[in-house]
Amino acid sequence: MNFPILSSLILLPTVGALFLFFTKDKEGNNSTAKYVALFTTIVNFLISIYLWISFDQSTSNFQFVEDRTWIEGFINYKVGVDGISILFIILTTFITPLCIISVNNSVKNRLRDFLIAILIMESFMIGVFCALDLVVFYLFFEAGLIPMFLIIGIWGGPKRVYSAFKFFLYTLLGSVLMLVAIISIYWIAGTTDVIQLYELGIDAKYQNLLWLAFFSSFAVKTPMWPVHTWLPDAHVEAPTAGSVLLAAILLKMAGYGFIRFSLGLFPVASEVFTPLIYTLSVIAIIFTSFIALMQEDMKKLIAYSSVAHMGFVTLGIFTLQQQGIEGSIIQMISHGLVSAALFLCVGVVYDRMHSRMINSYGGIVTIIPKYSILFMLFTLAALGLPGTSGFIGEFLILMGAFKDNFLVAVIASLGVILGAAYMLWLYKRVVFGKLVNEDLKKMFDLNRSEYLILSCLAFPTLFFGFYPDPLINTIEVSVTDLINMHNTNIASK
Amino acid sequence: MENLNLVLPEIFISLSIMFLLVLGVFKKNSSKITFNLSLFAILITTIILINETFSVSRETLFNESVVIDSMSSLMKIITLIGGFLVLVISSSYLKTFKIYNIEYPVLILSSILGMMVMISSNDLIVFYMGLELQSLALYVLATYNRDQLKSSEAGLKYFVLSALSSGLLLYGCSLVYGFSGSTNFDVISNQLNSNEYVLTFGIVFILVGLAFKISAVPFHMWAPDVYEGSPTTVTLFFTMVPKIAALTVFIRFLYVPFLNLIDQWQMIIIFLSIASMVFGAVAAIGQTNIKRLIAYSSIGHIGYTLAGLATASNEGIQSSIIYISIYVVMNLALFSCLLMLRRRDQYYEDIEDLSGLSKNHPLLSLCLLVILFSLAGIPPLAGFFAKFYVFKAVLEQSMFFLAIVGLLSTVIAAFYYLRIIKIIYFDKEKDKYDTDHSLWLKFSLTVSTILILLYFIFPSQLIEVVSRINII
Repeated sequence: MNFPILSSLILLPTVGALFLFFTKDKEGNNSTAKYVALFTTIVNFLISIYLWISFDQSTSNFQFVEDRTWIEGFINYKVGVDGISILFIILTTFITPLCIISVNNSVKNRLRDFLIAILIMESFMIGVFCALDLVVFYLFFEAGLIPMFLIIGIWGGPKRVYSAFKFFLYTLLGSVLMLVAIISIYWIAGTTDVIQLYELGIDAKYQNLLWLAFFSSFAVKTPMWPVHTWLPDAHVEAPTAGSVLLAAILLKMAGYGFIRFSLGLFPVASEVFTPLIYTLSVIAIIFTSFIALMQEDMKKLIAYSSVAHMGFVTLGIFTLQQQGIEGSIIQMISHGLVSAALFLCVGVVYDRMHSRMINSYGGIVTIIPKYSILFMLFTLAALGLPGTSGFIGEFLILMGAFKDNFLVAVIASLGVILGAAYMLWLYKRVVFGKLVNEDLKKMFDLNRSEYLILSCLAFPTLFFGFYPDPLINTIEVSVTDLINMHNTNIASK
Repeated sequence: MENLNLVLPEIFISLSIMFLLVLGVFKKNSSKITFNLSLFAILITTIILINETFSVSRETLFNESVVIDSMSSLMKIITLIGGFLVLVISSSYLKTFKIYNIEYPVLILSSILGMMVMISSNDLIVFYMGLELQSLALYVLATYNRDQLKSSEAGLKYFVLSALSSGLLLYGCSLVYGFSGSTNFDVISNQLNSNEYVLTFGIVFILVGLAFKISAVPFHMWAPDVYEGSPTTVTLFFTMVPKIAALTVFIRFLYVPFLNLIDQWQMIIIFLSIASMVFGAVAAIGQTNIKRLIAYSSIGHIGYTLAGLATASNEGIQSSIIYISIYVVMNLALFSCLLMLRRRDQYYEDIEDLSGLSKNHPLLSLCLLVILFSLAGIPPLAGFFAKFYVFKAVLEQSMFFLAIVGLLSTVIAAFYYLRIIKIIYFDKEKDKYDTDHSLWLKFSLTVSTILILLYFIFPSQLIEVVSRINII
């Protein structure tokens, strides 16, 4: 057996967290804890890059598979990656160190505990993306609630308790039905091993109910309209690093789940429920874009824009076209980078002015020009300007959608215009215009660490915008295979 | 001649009780030595039990009125370990209230003896004898802090209601005897058939009596008051040990004498299960006293164990036993925390007293965090696996309604566990609590928390032990 690289990816952050647990929690100066956490996550990032380099792009088989008996004769601890999941793992390991750098200003007390929570969260998130057993997946998927609940609840804003509870209970309610479905799959097919289930297939008569149970969980997590209401609350109250993790990675778990489980395991039901997904996605795109237009709070606006962007993602996945699914994956990666950057941008001005309200800013372009440039870049990436990664994703999704359903594609395209409207208007109100407040003059431009984080995010946003091939090459074979498998399944039923 | 070695644990523990009583009468100030000797007695009993009976698959004694099988030995071991831990962590609490007397260990030993008899019973009369022995000891234990009004009230309430349920149980037994002509479980099992309507009354009376003992809804009314009023260590005993015995008897009744009447009792158990899960979750939300809250949460947890029993399958029984074992560990951990909330010889038991605990006592709060999330059934903690096994067994029998109601009630229950976590972690801090706890208390908290936290690494072991239990 080769070196268990995936398990070490999962375990390393936890080991780092354990190490932190035994360091002293000093008030004020916590640089040791921060360096330990940073070191751990950067090593993890390097391991994941190594994973990507040694990943074989020419096959859709799962690679680096580890298979260990876990519960005798019932569940195996099975992890592995294919072209789809590897990108999410890299996204996770890339975003987490940036989060840790960003905690400087936003987290004032109990920094060590905060870092422990983030590290444990990273372990669970990587686990979600490599799990190849439904029970193992569920375990990681649910376990992530604990650190996130604490991150929002302990370090959050004034309404943090309400938001933390809402986040936790919404997600839990969605997930328990998935648990019923997973156990039922075990009794129907005799295994919860995803690879075996891909081969065996699940009896078509059960698929609809099972699909709905998985959907209930993923829809809450995505979040899809009308169960998206926890997201703005959670985002607004969470500390910056928490919002970043939530937007960049947690939301992607559901999109990933849709591709890996809903499409892969229930092809017949996926066909049946495509209209439902289309409707909800289109509503999410149009409706939440309008809501985003009306927001006074920057974080809330970006949160609603996340809902709209995830609407594109779900739309793309269920077009069941090569372009649509590839577009969705790229859109998720891109949204992971861009929304993380936007939340960090909000965090930057919030740390200085302690306000997230749009109307307390204005005319800051002359005061903090570097910030304004980077903020503009991410604003444009969020609305999908060609040359940014956001464009590639949206374009591919719409292309897939036009192939499948003209009307839906047209309505979704309108959403792109609305997206441009709320993002540009946000930028205009915050950055341009008259200087509304004399205090704004005291703001200083990006400091070194902020500059570092935002440029780290800007680089891949632009790079993949101009040259998306590395992403597309990685996912292409896996997506093609997924669609082929889907089509043969449909044909045989 | 019967093989008396099989009941040697019971014999040894009865002799110890008599010896300790005599010792207490003739020796002045013998509390400490009684405590230590009784701990010693429990240890020896456990060793004898493991030596003599653990490998026995099924043997009967005394005209088949006592049965020794893998279920009885496992449950007796859990009972003994539970009793041992309760005794060791009780000392400092009892000393604070100046009730550190010889009666306490003797009463605990007698109730354990009663439970062991119950667990092994294969006959209505033997069963009833064991039940009454443990109940009488428990009545006294509930009032053990007799100078406190609440404790006396708890004991009296428990006595009156429990006596009533014992009466119902006895009436049910007499009806069953009337129809089957025997008090032996195996004979009853062969004699009973489902055509007799009056027999249903007998079954219902017996089930009501048993449901009362494990405080399943709608026979739970005594639990919150008794749990709140009794001394905390006794409450710990109540929530752990008698439940194990009562559950074993429940399993034994359902699957030996009433096995052929599944149609008659399955709906009743499903109802008890659903009612307990939902009521336990909803009623706990409004509580302000931790012990009352634990009472309601234990009602909910009993609902999950009953869900396993309702399946009428070996997997279901095994999952219930796994559930109750994990629940016992979680409860022990929770009560260890509760016993640590002490400030200058006063114990605190309101939820508000936990406010901001994480600032002054980070380790204790971390333990509580783990325990509460585990009780709520969030993976990867032990409580999740407990629920997972139960629902796996339930879904195997295609009982979707039960599974979905059960899982939805875990969401409701998660709310009140989260509320405690919120109070510990998000709220303003209060004064520090004392930190000079006894070594045993720290030990039991550490070990049980680690067991809960790391159960997911070795989940197979417990299943392996339990899978030897095949009742049907």
